[in-house]
Amino acid sequence: MQKQAIFQSKLLPYALVAPQLAIVLIFFYWPALQAVIQSFLLQDAFGLSTTFVWFENYVELFSDPAYFEAILRTFFFSFAIAVSSLSFALLLAVMADKPLRGVMLYRTLLIWPYAVAPPVVGVLWIFMLHPSLGVLSRYLRGLGIDWNPLLDGDQAAALIILAAAWKQISYNFLFFLAGLQSIPRSVLEAAAIDGARPMRRFWTVTFPLLSPTIFFLLVVNIVYAFFDTFGIIDTMTRGGPGKSTETLVYKVYSDGLLGGNLGSSAAQSVVLMVMVIVLTGIQFRFVERKVTY
Amino acid sequence: MVEEEGFRRYVAHIILWIGIAIVAFPVYIAIIASTQENALIANGQMSLLPGGHFLQTYYQTIFVGTSGSTREPVGNMMLNSLVMALMIAVGKIAISIISAYAIVYFRFPFRMPIFWLIFITLMLPVEVRIYPTYKIVADLHMLDSYAGLALPLIASATATLLFRQFFMTVPDELLEASRIDGAGPLRFFWDTLLPLSRTNMAALFVILFILGWNQYLWPLLITTRDDMQTIQIGIRKMITTTDALTEWPIVMATAVLAMLPPVFVVIVMQKLFVRGLVETEK
Repeated sequence: MQKQAIFQSKLLPYALVAPQLAIVLIFFYWPALQAVIQSFLLQDAFGLSTTFVWFENYVELFSDPAYFEAILRTFFFSFAIAVSSLSFALLLAVMADKPLRGVMLYRTLLIWPYAVAPPVVGVLWIFMLHPSLGVLSRYLRGLGIDWNPLLDGDQAAALIILAAAWKQISYNFLFFLAGLQSIPRSVLEAAAIDGARPMRRFWTVTFPLLSPTIFFLLVVNIVYAFFDTFGIIDTMTRGGPGKSTETLVYKVYSDGLLGGNLGSSAAQSVVLMVMVIVLTGIQFRFVERKVTY
Repeated sequence: MVEEEGFRRYVAHIILWIGIAIVAFPVYIAIIASTQENALIANGQMSLLPGGHFLQTYYQTIFVGTSGSTREPVGNMMLNSLVMALMIAVGKIAISIISAYAIVYFRFPFRMPIFWLIFITLMLPVEVRIYPTYKIVADLHMLDSYAGLALPLIASATATLLFRQFFMTVPDELLEASRIDGAGPLRFFWDTLLPLSRTNMAALFVILFILGWNQYLWPLLITTRDDMQTIQIGIRKMITTTDALTEWPIVMATAVLAMLPPVFVVIVMQKLFVRGLVETEK
């Protein structure tokens, strides 16, 4: 689609795109290119010489069991965060979609956590569930659970998933509510006249009509779990105990901090890049992003 | 009509209030903790009711900071966060709206390649190019500066797409009319297009401000000086020290202060926020 009415000017359009183009080239493409090039090079221990090694960095990366575990862990986290947050948000959205008194207030009270930054989410949750001083830990211990997420890897993972899912509830709720409100009332009324009870109406009419929203949110939540959990992990567990909460993004960061292997770090970046491209591709190809509000 | 009978309505209210409680509980605990004595909290004896140290804790947090050797007043961190958030939000809107204008209202060589170059940055979030970007910013001597904090994040494929989409819906007659009035491209942009884009800009601003204020990974990498810390970084440093030394009331007060501006924006500008969120995802 193109505009029919346009302006004629030789230089002005370039001047207008120049600022964005400069930022994009300097801070996006140049570093991305550096990462790709770097991932094919091997630097000696003193950083004095580099050799071109083809895919050696990648081979080394994928034959490292720790990296493989980080991939599995990241996928598991994404799945757990997406499913728990989506199902809870859907329940709330279905309730808020009913003609209730004070629905606008409910909406306001449910959407604000969107604005809480991931590192703050991490701080809030580690404080509540801190092994020695957390207010909820007392009750967990009362239930006979030996609660110590700072030492127990599985508990640490559960904590990260819980906190990350909590933050995402508001976002999912908002989009579910929008999706529910775009379902024509007449369809639901028809089902009601046919004698379908509310539960049945939900699973046979509402849920299928909501599937584009669900799929869209699934992709968004996976992207969120991949990237935005960094702040949560960094303030809560720093990837530990051991490596039990180290996701792919966290691994790039912490491996890089230790200095060490530039080639491997670059190869990890490139793998992540490919994953983002695939996820964004899915989002644009399959998701009909038409959410009306 | 799909009527809800009384009982079901009752259940819906209860479920929603449970949801709200779950969502609000961690923040409630943070607020409560920020009003209590550290000794009490450190012993695991924290009460679930407000304590009497509200003013004292917030005063110390904002103007003094923790008692540690690398203390930094949180007020200063908030200022850094504010400057960064505003630079990111305003910067993204400014450079996106002018590039969208060029792409929609002009025909020039490399128009589409340029559009694609901007568009593809969607697939290059800072997380996938952490260290090379760091190196460039270091080479440009922009570490520990506001420019270094904001500039590398300022390109926006989403905003450019949004403005492009919006400009496509602006009727051609408006351009014809202002051309008859003798207006050139800059005049048309300033007098006609910009006022029309006000709501879009405002909605986008709300989202981008929150996004900017909540930045974490990037400031973590490029700020080393304490006085350049943003509040998100500051809070992490406060709990770095061994557990026993963490001053929890101050940490929690900082958490509350870190949430305040973006949550305030969401609640007060809810309409714009929702619009911005839905628009940017299209």
